[in-house]
Amino acid sequence: MASRALYSPRHPMLKKRDDFEDILEERRRSSDLRYALRCYTPTLYRGLVPCKASMLKSIVLQSDHLQYVIKQVSSESGESTEGVSEEASLILDEMAHCLQLSTIRFFAFTLSKAFKRLFRSVCVNEEGIQRLQQAVQEHPVVLLPSHRSYMDFLMMSYLLYTYDLPLPVIAAGMDFMSMKFVGEMLRMSGAFFIRRSFGGDKLYWAVFSEYVKTMLRNGYAPIEFFLEGTRSRTCKSLTPKTGLLNIVMEPFFKGELFDVNLVPVSISYERILEESLYARELLGIPKPKESTSGLLKARRVLSEDYGSMYVYFGHPVSVRSLAEGKINRSQYNLLPRYIPQKPSADTHEFLSDAAFRLVRIQEENMVLKPWVLIATLLLQNPDGLDLSSLAEQTDWLRHLALAFGAFLDWPDHEACSEVVSCSLALHRHLLSVSAGHVQLSVTDVPQVETTPEEAVFHQAVVVLSCASYRNQILHVFLRPALLAMAMQSANSNRKDDVYNGFNFLRKVFSNEFILCPGDSVQDFEEACYLLMKRGVLQVLEHEIVMSASGHSTLAFLSSVLDPFLQGYQVVCRYLCEETNENLTEKEFIPAVRSFALKLILAGRLKCYEALSSDLQKNALAAFLRLKAVRKVKVGDQVTLKVNKVAVNSLEDILGGKIPTQKPILARL
Amino acid sequence: MASNSSSSSAQQRLRIIAGHLQKRPEDEHASVAAQECKAETPRSNPSSAAPVPKRRQEIMKWNGWGYSDSRFLFNKKGQAEFTGKRYRLSGLILPSLKDWFEGTFGANLQHKSPATPTVNLSAVAPPNLNEPFIEDLKAAGVAASHDPEDRVFRAHGHCLHEIFALREGRIGRVPDMVVWPSCHSDVEKIVELACKHNVCLIPYGGGTSVSSALECPHEETRSIVSLDTSQMNRILWIDEKNLTAHVEAGIIGQDLERQLNEHGYCTGHEPDSMEFSSLGGWVATRASGMKKNIYGNIEDLVVHIKMVTPRGVIEKSCLGPRMSTGPDIHHFILGSEGTLGVVTEVTMKIRPIPEYQKYGSVVFPNFQQGVACLREVARQRCAPASIRLMDNEQFQFGHALKPQVSSIFMSFLDGLKKFYITKFKGFDPHHLCVATLLFEGDRGKVLQHEKQVYDIAAKFGGLAAGEDNGQRGYMLTFVIAYLRDLGMDYYVIGESFETSVPWDRVLDLCRNVKERIVRECKERGVQFPPLSTCRVTQTYDAGACVYFYFAFNYRGLSDPVHVYEQVEHAAREEILANGGSLSHHHGVGKLRKEWMKESVSGVGLGMLKSVKEYVDPQNIFGNRNLL
Repeated sequence: MASRALYSPRHPMLKKRDDFEDILEERRRSSDLRYALRCYTPTLYRGLVPCKASMLKSIVLQSDHLQYVIKQVSSESGESTEGVSEEASLILDEMAHCLQLSTIRFFAFTLSKAFKRLFRSVCVNEEGIQRLQQAVQEHPVVLLPSHRSYMDFLMMSYLLYTYDLPLPVIAAGMDFMSMKFVGEMLRMSGAFFIRRSFGGDKLYWAVFSEYVKTMLRNGYAPIEFFLEGTRSRTCKSLTPKTGLLNIVMEPFFKGELFDVNLVPVSISYERILEESLYARELLGIPKPKESTSGLLKARRVLSEDYGSMYVYFGHPVSVRSLAEGKINRSQYNLLPRYIPQKPSADTHEFLSDAAFRLVRIQEENMVLKPWVLIATLLLQNPDGLDLSSLAEQTDWLRHLALAFGAFLDWPDHEACSEVVSCSLALHRHLLSVSAGHVQLSVTDVPQVETTPEEAVFHQAVVVLSCASYRNQILHVFLRPALLAMAMQSANSNRKDDVYNGFNFLRKVFSNEFILCPGDSVQDFEEACYLLMKRGVLQVLEHEIVMSASGHSTLAFLSSVLDPFLQGYQVVCRYLCEETNENLTEKEFIPAVRSFALKLILAGRLKCYEALSSDLQKNALAAFLRLKAVRKVKVGDQVTLKVNKVAVNSLEDILGGKIPTQKPILARL
Repeated sequence: MASNSSSSSAQQRLRIIAGHLQKRPEDEHASVAAQECKAETPRSNPSSAAPVPKRRQEIMKWNGWGYSDSRFLFNKKGQAEFTGKRYRLSGLILPSLKDWFEGTFGANLQHKSPATPTVNLSAVAPPNLNEPFIEDLKAAGVAASHDPEDRVFRAHGHCLHEIFALREGRIGRVPDMVVWPSCHSDVEKIVELACKHNVCLIPYGGGTSVSSALECPHEETRSIVSLDTSQMNRILWIDEKNLTAHVEAGIIGQDLERQLNEHGYCTGHEPDSMEFSSLGGWVATRASGMKKNIYGNIEDLVVHIKMVTPRGVIEKSCLGPRMSTGPDIHHFILGSEGTLGVVTEVTMKIRPIPEYQKYGSVVFPNFQQGVACLREVARQRCAPASIRLMDNEQFQFGHALKPQVSSIFMSFLDGLKKFYITKFKGFDPHHLCVATLLFEGDRGKVLQHEKQVYDIAAKFGGLAAGEDNGQRGYMLTFVIAYLRDLGMDYYVIGESFETSVPWDRVLDLCRNVKERIVRECKERGVQFPPLSTCRVTQTYDAGACVYFYFAFNYRGLSDPVHVYEQVEHAAREEILANGGSLSHHHGVGKLRKEWMKESVSGVGLGMLKSVKEYVDPQNIFGNRNLL
């Protein structure tokens, strides 16, 4: 059933979502201490093999898989097996969690206090919790939350504790480890730590994968990890990573488990704690290294109002039904199962497809607040809007978003203007409101003189912060917006031409947004369907015609993506005009940034989002993929070789100077 | 049961066979017939007449398993009993079967689904006879019949869908004629005539196939002739120097064993179907016997095979025990499932009847421990004649077949045993499982062997649980097919299937297949959870044979057989996905054909096809099995 939901054609209006309960309500009424000390009796997996955290280590170290790799590594490196075993044991010590209920209770107490100060409410879909309770009993569970904030995994464990569900073990990045005390606290609350990059380290990979699989196979605890790999600084979902997904699916592929339940969880924030931190990071103002003292300084954040937080537990997705007809499990028959096997091409494709779909489920279940709509409108109107017109447009946009299936949390029985002013109040630090006119602007202007560059950066922080809210709704508008842009740039109404344009844009932006590979026809049809239903388009057999009333919607939609289009053009221009022969990969981001900055200072560019390193990275990845840029390794430097002709024509197509036609596409 | 008598070993052996098989009150004069085949003259001596009559329906069920006089039923008091006089269980009351049956399947004795009592002969299509063939056959003096009852009897094996249809009185394509050759040269004539007149031949041995192998292909337009080998049932000679016997391939297992026993020998080949299945059938399907650990499977037992094919007779030129003469031609014959020809005579290894035989059983706290123990036994290569591990569901099933205990003392003893295992030893009655053992050999060695195995078992938490439990375990396999008929009287259908799998995947495969069955049943609207159980029935150096029983209550389903087939299909897919084989000993038939290519690769299948093409270009042996 779960998988059917995953693959069914989407009918946004019919999408049924669960209701929310505010868990803080109960916390505000009763003792936190009693809550932290309450009797905790989680629902357990029926196939549970009871085992302690310390036992876990010896099971992993003695596993056939690890023993095999140890011998292999030892014969390759000439080191003794004892030495390699010792190394493996050290890796495991560095990695392993040591989940303790007492630490969880400590967190239950302190987080209750913190959450009550930070958030007005923490809303959870209890039906999702019930589904999870069911799923946990049947098969091992993998929790896949979205990742927007450090809060995410604290909140997950907190919720599972609250609802008497087994506490998860969480794959966390090594950067936390450097925070001495906090790292250990997190370890005791179930986090295990993985190095950020261990590319070719066989031993590391073996220890890591065996550790995760052992916990999964024994039903030790739900495994929690972030498909996106890291916190999204832009609030757009990131292209999912498949490494860990492969690890948790392999026990099913190899028949060691009957099934594994994947539970996508969407965590959304009305206001993100790290909001301006992220914007600064994107602008290249270096991120402070995670340190305990840094965290203490961040106490300031505790005194502010972050509105509500929403956690939506999606339907469990059975790996078995996902893989049905896609993975031939007998491919694992001819090799003893403890010998590591690289996933086949089929498996790779399946993993990537599954990962994309799971991220899309996360996106679809992400709660959107009215502010997201307002932020979208304010970004499109850099000179600001009158309050009344803002309210009017927000209302219009609200209906459009709902028609496209957005999961919008709009307060019942409240006038639109009321809702708008509430939202503005919560996000006042990004706005200036005077005489009924609202505008994005820098609020805490420093007293000292600022250089023009600094002024641009200050404004950019505001814009990028605001964009992080608009980004949350992009997945709703994305497909129709790509269609709108394609129609604008196509010279004809012919369906084929529009589709070609659509497909081209889809290709260019597939690092920027979550677009499942291979879904282009489906996406196109979905976009047509949505716009047709809205009365914007008429889709005939060979033609797509805009309706008389459709102009404003199309204009809105294409300007939603406009910043990205402009940003990519800036990158193109930079690659054509500025690059010398020896542009290294490392220099790329700072160089594009200063190029964009120059354009802005010269008044030739209005789009602050072009300064975002995320956009620049994605653009580069896209150009590499489209083979307009090549990576060449020279010594230990990676340099970028630009095919200026290709980049030029890309820019022209993006700028709408040339319609997308097949020959050009072919040349790319 | 045989452990305390040590008189005549032959007699002892006889009693053992009689124990789990047939009771034979009158003496048989089944003598070894070494005379030349005289097909022209009908046999004069009625006492040496074939134990399997031409009209099998006279002693066997036409729409169910086994002898007509033996069946399970619920008597007026609602107690289960087994009728007849042939088996140890015959005439006994099984008090706990009803509760188990109702509890496991959600079945109810009020809800009956009785079978059609007699064959509806009008539903049998008139035979499509090839007159010139019949003429020539008559001239050759081969017995034949186109009586509808004879034809219906040979149109099926014992797959669920076959029996279910018969019970409902549905009869599909049946052979147009039955012929009974009485010796090798009869078969040669029949095959020659079949080629001459382009008639389709389907060899028929014991009729115990569970792979749709005996089903007449629907697309066959020629006259179909069922070649019943049952009259070719003589032991032609016994060679005590080399310990071999030359036997006609139509002989059925129990007759072969009984007759050899009279001379002090046995083959030791005891497949669960040995009461009815034939030597030729074993060869044609690569059969496996429960005591293969001592005697080997059929491929280890045969020394020489003679088979009549459309191209002529295939056989080796000597009785050497092993040859290096290219690929072993026996392996084209073994498992050919009647697609290449008819096996007529087999030279087979024989052994002196073992002096001593002893059953045993071991209880394990759970299935994992049990499998680990079997693995260790296989590693040490000390497996007894038979060692089987039943899972918990099957253990309970076996328990439900316990006959009424005659004395209060016995039931007190049973209670004590149960208390000891569950309370004192702390075994969870819903997890414990039992291994059944059968030791054979001379007395001293058996006792020594027994100790060795029990010592290994103890390392895996196993507790010896007595001979009785062991023996009942083996009985289950002989009566299971009768039990299916009982189930079918009350809306319960089921079947067994098997596979072989490397040791390291045994547990995963068992768990996944059982779970898949449960899940598929649920998804297809089966109202009650099915019985989904397995046992490890054979151990090998590199793996094990696993046997599944699967049954469910089909009330409320409009097409139960279809549901059954879908679930079985899914279960087979699951087996293959978990590293199990397509079949360990049931064969492929038509039921599992679709997976052949996947199982043996395209080239492998091509090889088999090219053999078929050479041997039988006209597709005379047109049962369309395997390929």
